Amino acid sequence: MHEMGIAAQILAIAESSVPHDQQGISIERLNLKIGKLSAVVPVSLRFCFEIISKDTALEGADLVIEEIPVLVKCKTCNFQWIVTGPSFDCPQCQHDKVNIIKGRELEVVSIEIAD
Amino acid sequence: MEIKVVRKVLDVNDEMAAQNRAIFTKKGVFVLNLMSSPGAGKTTILEKSLLHLMPEIRCAVIVGDICTSNDADRLVRTNVPVVQVNTDEFGGDCHLAAHVIKSAVAGLDLDHLDLLIIENIGNLVCPAEFDIGEDARVVVLSVTEGEDKPLKYPLMFRVCDAALLNKIDLLPYLEVDSKVYQDNILQVHPEIRIFEVSAQTKKGLQPWIKWLQTQINLKQAGKI
Repeated sequence: MHEMGIAAQILAIAESSVPHDQQGISIERLNLKIGKLSAVVPVSLRFCFEIISKDTALEGADLVIEEIPVLVKCKTCNFQWIVTGPSFDCPQCQHDKVNIIKGRELEVVSIEIAD
Repeated sequence: MEIKVVRKVLDVNDEMAAQNRAIFTKKGVFVLNLMSSPGAGKTTILEKSLLHLMPEIRCAVIVGDICTSNDADRLVRTNVPVVQVNTDEFGGDCHLAAHVIKSAVAGLDLDHLDLLIIENIGNLVCPAEFDIGEDARVVVLSVTEGEDKPLKYPLMFRVCDAALLNKIDLLPYLEVDSKVYQDNILQVHPEIRIFEVSAQTKKGLQPWIKWLQTQINLKQAGKI
């Protein structure tokens, strides 16, 4: 729902990551990690990013999004598994108290510029 | 050429939330982030709860809304200091971010506060994502919203410490089961505390207020 704000933050992070001696060079790719449990919809983010990056060094940049599944660890038996629905019951010991290991990421991993 | 960045997109918000939290901890103020969908009853719960808490517990409220000062106008009648945050006149943010709280807090006397309640913008999606420097997160779900809402909005119920199942006075008129509501909340977050309440009739408010008082005491004893 707030993808435009997120897109603006991503743009700012990417722009500030260009080395000083390469300012003005266009960024070709942007590699992101987005957890399935973050409230961000990749298709909306792409749409917003396309609009917000117009007339910047990131115009036309390819947004490569790695979606991170929700990985949890059972607090009782330490079993780890990927959660695909709203239930967090451990498939091994049936207890339901878990720690979320992965799935809430929202990160800019790297930018790629022309060689 | 690939240039490593590795930065969290919400870094700016998270850093500011940490600053807020440090200030609140220094001043011994327990901060509650109260969230729900629009119309679940956050403001009515606050109105009724504040009457029980004050004046023994020194309270203040920050109210976020896209438009109008209706909620602040209602809360002011309880004599609580209120800061109204309007995110925009005709649209605006879907959540309160840490920097908004930082600005709003400037209008409050933190030295003379025990409890700061932040009534977030009515929305079950975005507020769950943004740390604002709170000590506890509480979600209000009213029994008219549908039993499956915890399953449809799992992040909100997952990140909250307590859930208030509100409007239980309406249960006789609805084809819903409060046990199903509770089971669905617990399915998403088994460790959450659930309070069944009716802000309208005040039924069930006491256990919730007691929980809140305990949290404030723990904060002031430096235990959270």
